Amino acid sequence: MAIIGKYFIFLGTLFTRREKLNVYWRRFMEECVGVGVNSVFIVAIVSTFIGAVSCIQTAYNLVSPLIPVSTVALIVRDMEILELAPTITCIVLAGKVGSNIAGELGTMRITEQVDALEVMGINSASYLVLPKVLAAMFTFPMLVILAAFLGILGGYLAGTLTGVITPRDYVYGIRDSFVPYNIFFMCVKPFVFGFLISTISSYQGYFTKGGALEVGQASTQAVTNSCIAILVADYLLAQLFL
Amino acid sequence: MIEIKNIVKSFGDKEVLKGVSCILRQGETNLIIGGSGTGKSVLLKCIIGLIKPDEGAILYNDRDFYNSSLEVQQSIRREMGVLFQGGALFDSQTVHQNIQFPLDMLTTMSEADKRERVEFCLQRVGLEGTGKRMPSEISGGMKKRVGIARAIVMNPKYLFCDEPNSGLDPLTAVKIDELIKEITQEYNITTLVITHDMNSVMEIGENIIFLHSGHKLWEGDNQTLMHSDVAELNEFIFANKLLRDLRS
Repeated sequence: MAIIGKYFIFLGTLFTRREKLNVYWRRFMEECVGVGVNSVFIVAIVSTFIGAVSCIQTAYNLVSPLIPVSTVALIVRDMEILELAPTITCIVLAGKVGSNIAGELGTMRITEQVDALEVMGINSASYLVLPKVLAAMFTFPMLVILAAFLGILGGYLAGTLTGVITPRDYVYGIRDSFVPYNIFFMCVKPFVFGFLISTISSYQGYFTKGGALEVGQASTQAVTNSCIAILVADYLLAQLFL
Repeated sequence: MIEIKNIVKSFGDKEVLKGVSCILRQGETNLIIGGSGTGKSVLLKCIIGLIKPDEGAILYNDRDFYNSSLEVQQSIRREMGVLFQGGALFDSQTVHQNIQFPLDMLTTMSEADKRERVEFCLQRVGLEGTGKRMPSEISGGMKKRVGIARAIVMNPKYLFCDEPNSGLDPLTAVKIDELIKEITQEYNITTLVITHDMNSVMEIGENIIFLHSGHKLWEGDNQTLMHSDVAELNEFIFANKLLRDLRS
């Protein structure tokens, strides 16, 4: 309970004694590159292959003359939009971005860079963490949209190149029974997950004490806690929105 | 002038500072010396506002830091320059950006004025032409110089240096000491150096405070230091065989 309390107090400090807006804008843009743009490659690789594997495995399990082949594409689409793109992508991002944030802040803490900011009268938590949180909440939904697109594309490529499904059936399947609300739900998830990953990882890194060993532990803890938070929030969001 | 009044600080059951009082004089290089674990760094952190003491007061020209409003504290902080032990340079920024950082954050100076000020500070610490290099590309001694340049870029009234010679070769260490002393006299600022380097003590120690087990045991200058009758201080000073031989 004490840790949760400290986490919420930490969140409060992000919004007190703020710096000039142009300072945040510059930092926000830098973080968007670090958190978002630099994650495009890993997100693209993971989501394309997950889409491809989903298509092949779904087709493998749907060997029945009573089920139209286009159902494979429909299932791939809904799996991608509702779960795989937002949740798996964010778990991957928890590993990449979360450990990066915790490692960076932890190193800054143990090398007295955070102290240097504080001595200058700068709210180090707000200056260092707030742009990361905003960047994660801004870029994660875009990465998830990209992941969903590439996942469905990966399914198309795997399905059609292996002859599991024809291009016509696949396109028919992904357009069949489409619910636009699911896209909204897909975008809400990374918005929440981005907040959780960035704040939990920042918290772990910001309060690191010790040396290199503790920075490593903080990174590991950041990823573990972020993943748990994502899974719990995933369930709660599903209950709330569906 | 900085007045340190009866500072007490504990971490859990361990009392690190047990009522330390002293005055850090303007225009002089004030040194806090003592062995490892005697509370030097904790005292420095209390003075610069990173750790709040349990008891006591820190007065910056009669302004009580811990009993002041946030605005007064901020204005005092803007009069401070701090050189941290490892330099504490921001890894993601170049040398120039590191030095310019306080100007970007705390002033409304034009870009040209900031550039000029940074160039002046780089020149002052003898690092002209290194502005574009990253902290990872410069030596330990250069990092300390960049740290000093960043500390003086805002024209501070108070300069704090935490073990400025740690990890440096003797020649570079002497140069850093000389630089600190020159800056102190040139700008007539109050400088506090935390050290356990005896060369520094003898070179620049105008007002020396000796800490032992959280207490101030001795205060004086580098002329009287060698003739002290405080056993703990003598043990600290003459731990070096060369100095022991010189004394005998």
